[in-house]
Amino acid sequence: MRDRIGERPRRARTAACLLLGFAAATTAAEIPLGERRSGYEFMGRETRAMQDDDVANPGMLWVLDGEALWNRKAGTAGRACADCHGDASLSMKGVAARYPAFDPARRRPINLEQRINLCRTDHQQAAPLAYEGRDLLGLTAYVARQSRGLPIEIVDDERTKPFLDAGRATFFRRQGQLNLACTQCHDERWGKKLAGNPIPQAHPTGYPVYRLEWQSLGSLQRRLRNCYIGMRAEPYEYGAPEFVDLELYLMWRARGMKMEAPGVRP
Amino acid sequence: MANAIVTVPAQAKRGEIIEIKTLVRHAMETGFCRTQLGELIPRDIIRSFVCIYNGTEIFSAELHPAIAANPYLTFTTVATESGTIAFKWVGDNGFAVTETAAITVA
Repeated sequence: MRDRIGERPRRARTAACLLLGFAAATTAAEIPLGERRSGYEFMGRETRAMQDDDVANPGMLWVLDGEALWNRKAGTAGRACADCHGDASLSMKGVAARYPAFDPARRRPINLEQRINLCRTDHQQAAPLAYEGRDLLGLTAYVARQSRGLPIEIVDDERTKPFLDAGRATFFRRQGQLNLACTQCHDERWGKKLAGNPIPQAHPTGYPVYRLEWQSLGSLQRRLRNCYIGMRAEPYEYGAPEFVDLELYLMWRARGMKMEAPGVRP
Repeated sequence: MANAIVTVPAQAKRGEIIEIKTLVRHAMETGFCRTQLGELIPRDIIRSFVCIYNGTEIFSAELHPAIAANPYLTFTTVATESGTIAFKWVGDNGFAVTETAAITVA
């Protein structure tokens, strides 16, 4: 009882400080390149050990699925990914580190999942795979696995610039009933706690990740939906251009950082 | 499609303690969760795991609803002879996965 009475004014003060803090957040700055940290560095010892060991990392189950799909013929063209691309460990090396990438035919950046589905519809004449389905996650994880340890390299030119700017604008725009912008947590308050957990810098180095909370592998867009719901905003649909632009900005923001896919996150 | 990953050292000295690691794909649905419409999701878990080294059971485990999805089990044994190490997971709704690994003991 004594504790509860003592608690109340302190809580009110904290809330006031938070509100002031958010109100002051008008000129947010990006994290200097040298101070960027992967989400891996915010994790506990056991979770890091899970990611580091391919037998303990459940994401590898999806990678093995992806490997089987890579070599399986699909669609009316009767072609497997391997029939065009050959050995993924050579042909797909570094590919995931460059996505989202500009697609000249669609005149906008597309993410890795969309690229895989375009390959299916255009070259295999097969039905596109469902977003967050086991097959698309498997193929994405298998392709992304081939870039592990390589630096993220997003092309920043006049073609991608408008989309990069749109993604950046989304990152800095206040959204949802809580009126929060991504930057307020991930640029200004990283390393502090939210509901007892450290706030990471939001670098998408390990996607698709095995998230312990999900007990499953999930895409970056699934993670973005989580943040949107958390700030009481309505998430965009899977594959929505707004989300791809945000993915593009996040990957550009993590440029030069090492790929970890499939990562493990709490 | 891969449903289990196991690692056993390919070679070991006789009498050496070796570490065995296993990972199996399973949702481990507890039976306590409900859908958004309030319907109970029936329990669907792995019930047991057993490891057999050249016909002899060397490790077994019972699994229960509180165990996370995609159970990871690791244990040690003494390398006694060359042969195969077999792994078997059995669960609800007829779930059964087997995996084997070869070991050479010098």
